[in-house]
Amino acid sequence: MYTIISSVFLAENIKKIEIEAPRIAKKRKAGQFVMIRVGQTGERVPLTIAGSDPEKGTITIIVQGMGKSTRELNSKEAGDTISDIVGPLGTPSHIEKFGTAVSIGGGVGTAIAYPTAVALKEGGNYVITINGARSKDLVILEEEMKAVSDEAYITTDDGSYGFHGFVTQKLQQLIDSGKKIDYVLAIGPIPMMRAIAEVTRPYNIKTMVSLNPIMVDGTGMCGGCRVTIGNEIKFACVDGPEFDAHLVDFKNLTDRNKLYLPEEKQSAETFAHQCNLNKLG
Amino acid sequence: MPPVSRGAPVNIKIDQFIKLIAEGDFTGAARKIKEDNVLPAICGRVCPQEDQCEKECVVGRKNKPVAIGNLERFAADYERESGSVELPKVQPATGKKIAVIGSGPAGLSCANDLIQLGHAVTVFEALHELGGVLMYGIPEFRLPKSIVQGELEGLKKLGVNFVTNTVAGRTVTIDELLKDEDFDAIFIGVGAGLPWFMGIPGENLLGVYSANEFLTRVNLMKSYQFPDNDTPVFNCKGKNVAVFGGGNTAMDAVRTAKRLGAEHAYIVYRRSEAEMPARKEEIHHAKEEGIEFLLLMNPLEFIGNEQQWLTGAKCLKMELGEPDESGRRKPVPIKDSEFILPIDMAIISIGNGSNPLINQTTPDIAVSKRDTIVVDINTMATSKENVYAGGDIVTGGATVILAMGAGRTAAKAIHEKLTA
Repeated sequence: MYTIISSVFLAENIKKIEIEAPRIAKKRKAGQFVMIRVGQTGERVPLTIAGSDPEKGTITIIVQGMGKSTRELNSKEAGDTISDIVGPLGTPSHIEKFGTAVSIGGGVGTAIAYPTAVALKEGGNYVITINGARSKDLVILEEEMKAVSDEAYITTDDGSYGFHGFVTQKLQQLIDSGKKIDYVLAIGPIPMMRAIAEVTRPYNIKTMVSLNPIMVDGTGMCGGCRVTIGNEIKFACVDGPEFDAHLVDFKNLTDRNKLYLPEEKQSAETFAHQCNLNKLG
Repeated sequence: MPPVSRGAPVNIKIDQFIKLIAEGDFTGAARKIKEDNVLPAICGRVCPQEDQCEKECVVGRKNKPVAIGNLERFAADYERESGSVELPKVQPATGKKIAVIGSGPAGLSCANDLIQLGHAVTVFEALHELGGVLMYGIPEFRLPKSIVQGELEGLKKLGVNFVTNTVAGRTVTIDELLKDEDFDAIFIGVGAGLPWFMGIPGENLLGVYSANEFLTRVNLMKSYQFPDNDTPVFNCKGKNVAVFGGGNTAMDAVRTAKRLGAEHAYIVYRRSEAEMPARKEEIHHAKEEGIEFLLLMNPLEFIGNEQQWLTGAKCLKMELGEPDESGRRKPVPIKDSEFILPIDMAIISIGNGSNPLINQTTPDIAVSKRDTIVVDINTMATSKENVYAGGDIVTGGATVILAMGAGRTAAKAIHEKLTA
């Protein structure tokens, strides 16, 4: 059993959770993830590590309640326990002195863009961050992103805060302004990452994305997380999760992530129903 | 009575234990087996006795060989079910600390021998549950999980320390275990890794699985109990499922699909039945359960619908030609024999490569071209001092009993090295 040290909402439905996991805290690097199993009948869910405190022996994850498992995780409070956590898994982000590096986070993807922005800054880069959300109240890690950036931008789809528009439009604006960009990392929903790849492709800007296929073990045993990169099959859990955005077959990833839609819907509905019953009780 | 014990990879005293059974001393027989084989209830069920001990049986020269495997299974089950399991004696503590990586058959047999010799043993497992392939791979109908749990409980009682959720090469490296955590020796028994795919078009369609994934979802994650367990798996009920491959894992996967309600459950194999690597007994069981064997058939491509769900496999019929390097007659295509086999689910079961995590983080352990760890087969010692390895990470996909034999060889060598 692993103890939750703190658990706070950053925005509606998005929670920052600190979990006791000393070995993982000591080892984790930017871009790596953990597999979490909330309870004894739970599934194994991959979640990227947002940060860690090796002294305290804790790691931080930022979770958006989507399906049953993530909502169950978000219902946990400080002092509660979860059954299993294993990691750090995946190949760490490749960090070098690229020059000017842009780290783009869309929605809860910002939780992953943030630690990589920190690593890029430590790697001696001029760091620009673009932090996108649907609206003002869904913007997360604003202060943290600002603190690590040489230039920090916020975009909202509805214009309620910062730049009115998508992260892709902000990136295009930066490119059009004549800024020389050497590296782009984009993490967020698949359509966003796919769109970013198309923005940078004509300029040949090296662009990486962090993929989120369905996984079971996360250690290179089952092959469920296979993604098509160029014309090759890769396993996101050991070869990734970060891949060259210009080589990713986003359509295949989108299709494969639909594999269990009816089951996911069924689980989420049952969970919501049980929560309501508990409230009534 | 078979006078020899040849053919058993762990040198079980076959003649002695069968004599005890004949005398009615079933518990004594179980203990005799356990002098050499720590997991008899498991081996009695899953080991290929017909190619090992039973092949050497002298009775088998004129008649059917003695059913050594079933006798082994009976003695072990009798001992367990009658509550007469006795913990072996543990030698005085040596003060030596050994880490075993992986809690599958290789790791468990190694841990068992080392703990009895008086060493402190910690077993690290990557998954949330112990047992490795015995839990996630081999289905309940072939190896009840309660038997594996019983064996694990025995090791815990002997004092083996088990740590789950720890991935060697990621959570902790081999060097950190040796230097920072003061382990005197390490045994690596992490099993095979990355499943192979066939490299044909359409393998990423929805409904195409590796055998590892399908079996892990069903066995380890209990997806047959969805939604009571959260992990889903393709719903086989009333569907056509084809398993590509002819090994024991393929038989496990196809029988699992059939038991989950598949209308048609096929084995698609490019050679003939004689070349199948699966145990004869497994092929026999599969046929009895209504598995349909499509032999001499080579898949060329998977075909899907607009939503990218699998709808069929384009296959080519083959015939047997001349023997190849392996001595098996090579299948050659029959011209213009292409056809489409309508299927809703495909399970690829053609073997596994090696997991790269230890190699990546411990470059001074020598590996082969296939990325398996290179060892001295007499001691299972790797090129790195005080690090040993055995099981599928050394041999590539093999059997439970071979992995156990390797674990025991390593335990003996580790003991000799540390107490010299």
